[in-house]
Amino acid sequence: MTGTRSTARIGLLVAAWIVRLVAIILVIATFNFVLVRAAPGDPAMVMAGQSGAADPKILDDLRKEYGLDKPYLVQLGTHLARVLTLDLGYSYRQRRPVLDLILERLPATLLLTLTAFCLALLIGTTLGALAGLVAGSIADTVFTVLSLLLYATPVFWLGLMLVLVFSVTLGWLPPFGYETINAKHTAIERIFDIMKHMIMPVISLAAIYLAIYARLMRSSIIEVSHQDFIKTARAKGLARPRIVVSHMLRNALVPVVTVAGMQAGALVGGAVVIETVFAWPGLGRLTFEAVLQRDYPVLLGIFLILSVIVIALNLVTDLIYRLIDPRMTTEAA
Amino acid sequence: MDAVKAFLRHPSGMAGFVLLIIVLIVAITAPVLFPVSPWEMSGTPFTPPGEDGMWLGGDTLGRDVAAGVAHGARVSLLIGIASALAAMTIGVMIGAISGYFGGKVDLVLMRVTELFQTVPAFILAILLVATFSPSLLTIILTIGAVSWPPLARLTRAEFLRLRGREFVEAALCQGESTARIVLGHILPNAISPILVVVSLTVATAILLESALSFMGLGDPNLMSWGFMIGAGRTVIRQAWWMSVFPGLAILVTVLAINLFGEGLSDVLNPRVSRRRA
Repeated sequence: MTGTRSTARIGLLVAAWIVRLVAIILVIATFNFVLVRAAPGDPAMVMAGQSGAADPKILDDLRKEYGLDKPYLVQLGTHLARVLTLDLGYSYRQRRPVLDLILERLPATLLLTLTAFCLALLIGTTLGALAGLVAGSIADTVFTVLSLLLYATPVFWLGLMLVLVFSVTLGWLPPFGYETINAKHTAIERIFDIMKHMIMPVISLAAIYLAIYARLMRSSIIEVSHQDFIKTARAKGLARPRIVVSHMLRNALVPVVTVAGMQAGALVGGAVVIETVFAWPGLGRLTFEAVLQRDYPVLLGIFLILSVIVIALNLVTDLIYRLIDPRMTTEAA
Repeated sequence: MDAVKAFLRHPSGMAGFVLLIIVLIVAITAPVLFPVSPWEMSGTPFTPPGEDGMWLGGDTLGRDVAAGVAHGARVSLLIGIASALAAMTIGVMIGAISGYFGGKVDLVLMRVTELFQTVPAFILAILLVATFSPSLLTIILTIGAVSWPPLARLTRAEFLRLRGREFVEAALCQGESTARIVLGHILPNAISPILVVVSLTVATAILLESALSFMGLGDPNLMSWGFMIGAGRTVIRQAWWMSVFPGLAILVTVLAINLFGEGLSDVLNPRVSRRRA
């Protein structure tokens, strides 16, 4: 009984999420459309970029292909239809479709962001919970100072400092890249090699979010510990570990997961800078190259795809939220 | 006055305040301390810190890193404060309209706010600055345009809380105009939490600006900390000081603003702050 009802709930959640996804894609595609027209200069020139603009034939083709002589609304309609069929345009700089360029770089970015996101959430909430349980102690003070410092550190600079210490000075970790080139590794060696390359980018990306989640979890635990149901549990004579695990943690996690979902966009943005620091071959590097070359179609495509990734992360946190919020489960039961 | 006294007794808030004053003094006196432009060569390239009269060393072209850090303080503070004010203008306007009028207006405006909170702000900022070409003004407007949502949400919540209060009803009964009620009655009562968030927005704006100029999207005529770190990145093996010092400058400034803002929050909104403590 409860099983089918909660399945129905999840189904509803996913359906609502798909509607939201399509809506966001349409809004961002429209925004991109407006931006190209608002940019100074001829839209064909903007899309062709520095390399294509010199060639009158490319400009002519572009005008024809995008119907730039037709009314704006017609242009917008064609543009949205294109985006919905996953046609994100063409990079004249790289001479390849934008979607191909993005798909090629996507796995590296996903690997980096998802690992950093999970680590930050796991370690951050654990540390925060521990600090909250010993609030006021020396360990708690050290924790608070450290998280304040991390919170004020620019991610890209943290990455560079790690390179300075662990690659330049100690020589322990590779300073950049995704894997050792021409290493002739076996499959397992290759995985370890990639993991070794991942350590610093993941730490620098995860650090600031770890600090945010930890601080939140700390105050959340402190707040929960003052609530009546905890007092009741104590009065009932429940053992402290049991109170902490089954009553406090679950309730305290709710606001943290909510914020983690809201921070997904910032995390993805941070990945872009971190990839630039570590020459990580993902979307961030592609962004950096596209900025340098003013490769406009690529930038617009990346903005769209990364927004989709944020929405996907939001769904994940929504699902976790349903899973842990006691009010949600009692309702369903 | 009581608030000032309470702030004086707030240790971390005061620490932030003192640090902030130091950064401000450096920013203001930069042209006096370092009369030579930070873009000018003033020694041999790659001078290590402390040699040749350059305490923080020289860069690839023999420019003084200390001069860059001092002049960069002007740029960071200016962009940070101006963008936070831009974000405040947008956020308070949207939040006030949304919270005061409610209904469909509120629904639409909150959807827009959510949208801005969902999309990756940094990528949007890159896109906007790249479109309108990087300059002081476009950078400030861009950071303002991606930083307003938390302010809009906060203002909306405050307006929702206050609009049913007796003093608002009294003003309504006296036939005061909507603009007067919103600006003269509700906003002054909502201002202290808004100011706290604005001060914290200055810190995030500085971080955002540094990331933009690190990516090569800073104003090309301004020496900024992010640009210096970006320039030092490729020569980190030869000249660690080129990226270490500008980064420390960002860290200290952002930390100072955060400490100051949180101190302000504890003093001005003890009701909200106690929950966080």
